[in-house]
Amino acid sequence: MQETSLLREIADNWMLVAMFTLFVGAIAWAFRPGSRSVHQDTANIPFRNEDHPGSSETEELQS
Amino acid sequence: MGNYVKLIALGCVALFAAIGANWGRDTAYIVHAIIILGVSGFMFVRVLRSMESKPGPTPTGYMDDVVRAGVIATSFWGVVGMLVGVVIAFQLAFPGLNFEVLQPYGNFGRLRPLHTSAVIFAFGGNALIMSSFYIVQRTSGARLWGGNLSWFVFWGYNLFIVLAATGYLLGATQSKEYAEPEWYIDLWLTIVWVAFLLVFLGTLFKRTEKHIYVANWFLLAFIVTVAMLHLVNNISIPVSIWGSKSVQVFSGVQDAMVQWWYGHNAVGFFLTAGFLGMMYYFVPKQAGRPVFSYKLSIIHFWALIFLYIWAGPHHLHYTALPDWASTLGMVFSIILWMPSWGGMINGLMTLQGAWDKLRTDPILRMMVISLAFYGMSTFEGPMMSIRAVNSLSHYTDWTIGHVHSGALGWNGMITFAALYFLTPKLWGRAQMHSISAISWHFWLATIGIILYAASMWVTGIMEGLMWREVDANGFLVNSFADTVSAKFPMYVVRALGGVLYLTGALIMSWNIFMTIRGGAKVAAPVGVPAE
Repeated sequence: MQETSLLREIADNWMLVAMFTLFVGAIAWAFRPGSRSVHQDTANIPFRNEDHPGSSETEELQS
Repeated sequence: MGNYVKLIALGCVALFAAIGANWGRDTAYIVHAIIILGVSGFMFVRVLRSMESKPGPTPTGYMDDVVRAGVIATSFWGVVGMLVGVVIAFQLAFPGLNFEVLQPYGNFGRLRPLHTSAVIFAFGGNALIMSSFYIVQRTSGARLWGGNLSWFVFWGYNLFIVLAATGYLLGATQSKEYAEPEWYIDLWLTIVWVAFLLVFLGTLFKRTEKHIYVANWFLLAFIVTVAMLHLVNNISIPVSIWGSKSVQVFSGVQDAMVQWWYGHNAVGFFLTAGFLGMMYYFVPKQAGRPVFSYKLSIIHFWALIFLYIWAGPHHLHYTALPDWASTLGMVFSIILWMPSWGGMINGLMTLQGAWDKLRTDPILRMMVISLAFYGMSTFEGPMMSIRAVNSLSHYTDWTIGHVHSGALGWNGMITFAALYFLTPKLWGRAQMHSISAISWHFWLATIGIILYAASMWVTGIMEGLMWREVDANGFLVNSFADTVSAKFPMYVVRALGGVLYLTGALIMSWNIFMTIRGGAKVAAPVGVPAE
């Protein structure tokens, strides 16, 4: 079998399954129970550490 | 010890460059050897003079000097790149502007890659490097890793740009779109890019925040993927170590496929993923509220990087590329529409409850228009990738219009907004020198883009229809020259759109200069009414 044919064989079955599973897994992981509070905390990162590294005081959100 | 290694290395480079300047086989190579000789000689003296000085106390706080330099470099290269763009737009409308005395340096063929590289890699690249450095520090709560390595990245990248730009003018090109620089420039960029990756990763590793903010995911994907694309697309063998000419290892349709795998992912990961990293930081900051849905941003990220990498073959419809490959590219391009619009909606909805700020804040207005153009061009792109549509649009000016609605609208506008956000913060000013100048910039740029995109739609579709028009006997009705003369009015409108856009960038540069100089502070509250 030619090298390109072999590579294509791998690409359109096992590799396809692996990548699709990885993708679905990553999306499913985002929806795991308990992710909401983590995401809320992470989404607020830009509003911390504005002027100095490593300090953890949170700026008040102006809304 | 480290300094001695540096001195030896710089000495060797200078010696090699000196020999190259003497033995070089073409002008571009000789000029580059002289530039490298100058730079390495200068660095040698610099290192030598700093040998005696004792290292100062370890600096704490954020490393913002390199970001400040990035702000200046971004505005400078933006003006240069857009100016060249305006020149070549007028050259297309009025071929007489390819002046005889400037041949071959000033003709369209040499200035065109200068324009594309200057706006994408010099303007866009400096914007990306500078905002990566700013964002990764703020969202990690850590100073940049690697000490002066970030300065090496900044100066090294700008040296790459100077070498690439002078090379194009002097005729050194490997003729791959958006990857024109020759082999030694590619090698240099590889070194700089690895240093960039190290600085970014090192800062992430020593973060004080538990999680990695989503903007950093996009920026990291941009750095890693561009490294991969650059390495694969530039596999070539130099004809001589003393000359700039190299020969590609791939040939024929394989070369075409590798080139457009690179080319489309340069759009996908340089101009999209990287700028989305900027979007996910600067839009929430300017709106004063966290991103609309963090979950959606995660889905946006994974869907974008899993899909984009396959979209390249849509550049090769109706070529020697097998049909299954171009169908694959087309299908993935169409699926890409969904995550792109998910991201656009996520950015726009971040303003939920803060829409009133649009009335008073021209910076936020720029961010919104850039997201709108992101949405428009990520709808237009998938549509143009459909084989039937592509048979009309390919090789016409419609493609040019599409690229510019993405580049001027999405990349340009988000970069301008980031510059306006960063300049007062980095130089400790309350706000930009003139807020009404930002409004002027906004309107000039927006009207400029509309003139550009609309004229290119008209001329592109007209050209496509003229090319395929046949008479009752099946003969082609129009010659190529017929289409060229029919396009003239639209070419003039396009060039005028470019002039407006360039004027906006000049106003911005003046505004940034005045803010840095800290002259008269305008006491007006943020914002002027939207007119």
